[in-house]
Amino acid sequence: MSGNMNLTLKVWRQKNKNAEGKLVNYQVKDISPDMSFLEMIDVLNEQLIVKGDEPIAFDHDCREGICGMCSLYINGRPHGPKDRITTCQLHMRSFEDGQTITIEPWRAASFPIVKDLAVDRSAFDRIIASGGYVSVNTGNAQDANSLPIGKEDADLSFAAAACIGCGACVAACKNASAMLFVSAKVSQLALLPQGQPERYLRVHNMVAKMDEEGFGNCTNTGACEAECPKGISLSNIARMNRDFFVAGIASDN
Amino acid sequence: MSILDAKIPEGTLEQKWTKFRSSVPLVNPANKRNLEVIVVGSGLAGASAAASLAELGYKVKVFCFQDSPRRAHSIAAQGGINAAKNYQNDGDSVYRLFYDTIKGGDYRSREANVYRLAEVSSGIIDQCVAQGVPFAREYGGMLSNRSFGGTQVQRTFYAAGQTGQQLLLGAYSALERQIGMGAVKMYSRHEMLETVTIDGKCRGIIARDLTTGKLERHFGHAVLLCTGGYGNVFYLSTNAMGSNVTAAWKAHKKGAHFANPCFTQIHPTCIPVSGDHQSKLTLMSESLRNDGRIWVPKKAGDTRKPIDIPEEERDYYLERRYPAFGNLVPRDVASRAAKERCDAGFGVGNSKMAVYLDFAFNMDRYGHIEASKKGLDNPDAHTIRELGKGVVKEKYGNLFDMYQQITGENPYETPMRIYPAVHYTMGGLWVDYNLMTTVPGLYALGEANFSDHGANRLGASALMQGLADGYFVIPYTIGSYLSKEISTKSIDTNHEAFSEAEKAVQEKLNKFLAIKGTKSVDYFHKKLGKIMWDECGMARTEAGLKKSIDDVRALQKEFWSDVIVPGSADEFNPELEKAGRVIDFLELGELMCIDALDRNESCGGHFREEFQTEEGEALRDDEKYAYVAAWEFKAQNQFELHKEELKYENIKIAQRSYK
Repeated sequence: MSGNMNLTLKVWRQKNKNAEGKLVNYQVKDISPDMSFLEMIDVLNEQLIVKGDEPIAFDHDCREGICGMCSLYINGRPHGPKDRITTCQLHMRSFEDGQTITIEPWRAASFPIVKDLAVDRSAFDRIIASGGYVSVNTGNAQDANSLPIGKEDADLSFAAAACIGCGACVAACKNASAMLFVSAKVSQLALLPQGQPERYLRVHNMVAKMDEEGFGNCTNTGACEAECPKGISLSNIARMNRDFFVAGIASDN
Repeated sequence: MSILDAKIPEGTLEQKWTKFRSSVPLVNPANKRNLEVIVVGSGLAGASAAASLAELGYKVKVFCFQDSPRRAHSIAAQGGINAAKNYQNDGDSVYRLFYDTIKGGDYRSREANVYRLAEVSSGIIDQCVAQGVPFAREYGGMLSNRSFGGTQVQRTFYAAGQTGQQLLLGAYSALERQIGMGAVKMYSRHEMLETVTIDGKCRGIIARDLTTGKLERHFGHAVLLCTGGYGNVFYLSTNAMGSNVTAAWKAHKKGAHFANPCFTQIHPTCIPVSGDHQSKLTLMSESLRNDGRIWVPKKAGDTRKPIDIPEEERDYYLERRYPAFGNLVPRDVASRAAKERCDAGFGVGNSKMAVYLDFAFNMDRYGHIEASKKGLDNPDAHTIRELGKGVVKEKYGNLFDMYQQITGENPYETPMRIYPAVHYTMGGLWVDYNLMTTVPGLYALGEANFSDHGANRLGASALMQGLADGYFVIPYTIGSYLSKEISTKSIDTNHEAFSEAEKAVQEKLNKFLAIKGTKSVDYFHKKLGKIMWDECGMARTEAGLKKSIDDVRALQKEFWSDVIVPGSADEFNPELEKAGRVIDFLELGELMCIDALDRNESCGGHFREEFQTEEGEALRDDEKYAYVAAWEFKAQNQFELHKEELKYENIKIAQRSYK
C-alpha cells in the first residue's frame, strides 16, 4: 500500500536482570502509518516467532494510554517523539519511511530490567504503601456532599491524580529522580480536606521511602514535566518541598 | 439438569440485605487472624475486597498478572459510576436504580442481588470521597452528575473521562496501605493457573511467577476470583491486551458453573477498525452521548464530507426511533441500530462501517449559554462555536485528544466516526447471593461473576458493581462461610492435591512448548475472534452458531497440533502466557456458541435474528427462558445445562421500551 514504510529498528535485548544486554538491529517492512507503535512491534514479533526466534519482551496492557504499563525509550525520549502521550498512543504516522528507530527500556537503577524492554517498577508501589493514601477503613465515610470542596482545589487535585505511574519522569531525569511521581500523589491529597490529618506525616514517610529506594534528587531541569504523558506539573514538586519543609519544622525530633 | 439454589434471604425486597447483614454469623477478631483469603485480580473488585478484608483482620494474599496492582483494567473505565444519591433532586431512588438496572438487563438478572447493589451504591461514593478520589465538582463544592444510557435521571458521578482510573487508584491506595501494614501480601507479575480443591472445598491456587517462571502453591481458606471479563475471546475488544478468562475458566473446569456465557456487551461508541494490524479497539465513553448526536446520511452511499451534508439530509436515527430516550438508549439498542444502518448501506467513512457522533449542535448550544453569561450581544457563529468548544473540552477533553491521536482527525472540527465493539461480558461464573460459586469456598466478584446485569449492562454500572462486591458485599457474606472454618488449620502445600494441581499445570506448559508448530498464538486468537464476531456477536442465527461450534472445535485441534511457542517455561515468557490464555478462550468460545444456540429468544445483548419484533427489537420468551443458564463442565467439549429460575416478585416483567 502506498504510504507504508520500511524501517530499521535498534532494539535493546537482554535475557534477564543479570545478563548483559545489547542493541540488535531489525528490519520491518510495509508498516502502515495508521498502526500504533506497539502494533509495529507486534508485527516484528510475529516474524520472529514463526522463525522460531524469541520475540521482544515489552510491557503493555490497556493500549489506550491509561494503565501506565508501556514504557519505551524511543530515539532518546520516554514514550517517543510526541508530547503528552504514552508509547501505546504513538502512531507510525509520526515516523518517516527509511527512518532508524532506537528502542530502549527505562534506565534507572531503581527500575531493574526484567527482560529486554520490560523493567521492574515495584519501587513505585512501595512508595505508595509508605503513605500515599488516606487512612480510612471501609464503612467509615460520611455523606459525600457533607464535605464541600471548591472546584478549583478539586480540579488541581484531579490534575495531580491523573498520574499513571508509568515512570517516564524517572527515565527522563538525569538523576533518575522520582520527585514528580511522589509529588503528584502528595499534592493530590494535600489539596483535599480528606488528606489533611496525615498531610505532613505522609510527605515525610513517602520522601524517606523514595530515598531508600535509591531514586535521585531533583535539580529542577524540568525534563520530567516535559516528558510526562499526563502533563503532571512541576509545581507539584514545589508543593511537596514546602510540605516536606513544614513537616521538618513541625517534627519533634 | 438440576435447579440451582441462589440462597436468597427471606423477607421483602427492602428487608433482605438488612436482615442478612444483621443475622449472618460473625468471625471474632482472634479467629480472623488465623483465616487466610486469596484474592486473584486487583481491579476494583479485587483491590476493594482485599483492602476491606485485611482491615477486618483476615490474612490476605493478592495476585495480579500486571507489574503493579494499579494497572488492572478497571483503570480504563471512562465515563462514570452510578449511585442512587438523588443529589440532583430529579426523582432518583434506590428503587429507581434497581428498576432501571433490571429493565436495562432485559429482565434476565436476579432481583435480590440488583436491589442490594442499588442499596449500597450510595455508600460507595461516600467511601471513595473519603479516600480522596477527586470526583468532578460544581463551583459550590458539591459533586457533579451526568446522564448515562437507559436512565432518565442524572445519577452518574465522574472524574473527567478517567473515572475508572480515579476509583481504582482509590482502591489501590487502600490496598497499598494494607500492604504497608503487613496485612496483605502482594504478588504482582503472578498468574493463577489452577485452583486447588480438597474434600470438595476450594483451598488454594497454583500461581506462576511470570518473571522467573516458577510455579508456586498458595493455601487459602477461601479464594476470591476478581479477574474481570472475557471480552477478549473476540480478539478485538476494548479490553486490555492481557485481560483473560483463564482464572475463571480453570475454576469452571474444576466445578464452578459458568452462567450466561453468551451475554456479551457490544458498546455502541468505539473508534472503528482501521486495518488488519489492529490489536485492540478504543472506547469513546458513553458520556459523550450526553452531548453528541448520532446520525448517518439519509442517502445511502453519500460520499460528501459530513460538514457538507445539510441538516435536512441527515438521519438522526436514534432520535427518530426512540424519541423518549433519544441518543441515550441502552447500549445493546444503540449498537444494533448502528449495525442496522450500516448493513443497509448508510454507513460512513472508508470502510462504510461507521456512523457519526456529532458535537456541533451542542457546542453551539453551550456557546450561546456562555455568550449570554458574558453578556455578548449578537455574537457571530464563530465566537459561539469557540465558546462552545471550550465547554466541551472541559467535559471531554481527554477523550477528544485520544480520538485525534488514533484517527488523525480533529473531532472539534468534524464529527467522530464510531462503530460498536466488544466491551463487557455480563456472563461469568455463577454465584449465589453470597457471591460464592458452585464450589464451596470459591467466590467470584465484579465482572468475573454473572450476577447483576442480566442480558445487558447499563453504562456506569460496572464500576458500581465491582466496588459494591468488594467494599460492601463480600466482607459480610464471606462470614457465613468462614465462621464454619475457624477450626480448619492452614493446610500444608505439600498436600497431594497441591502436588497434583501443580503437576497438571507444569505438564500443560511443557505441552505448549513441545508442539513447535508453524503458527503463532496470535494467529489462533485472531481466527477465533473472527468466528465469534461473525457468528456470536451482535446478531446470531441457529445455522451460524451450529457452524461456529464446529469451526471453534476444529481450531482447538489445529492449535494443539500447530502452535509455536518460543522460549522456555522457566523465564519471563509473554508468548507462553498468551498461549495459556488463548486456549482457554478457544474452549470458552465453544461454550458461548452452545449457550447462544440454546437460548431460543432475543434479550439484551443476545440477539437471535429468528426472534425479533416487527420493528426489529429483541423478542424475549419469558415463558421458556426466564432463567439463568449455568453450565457445568463434564469433559472436554461436554457441558451440562443447569437452571436458576428467575422470579420477578417486585417488578412487572414487560416488553422493554425506550420509545
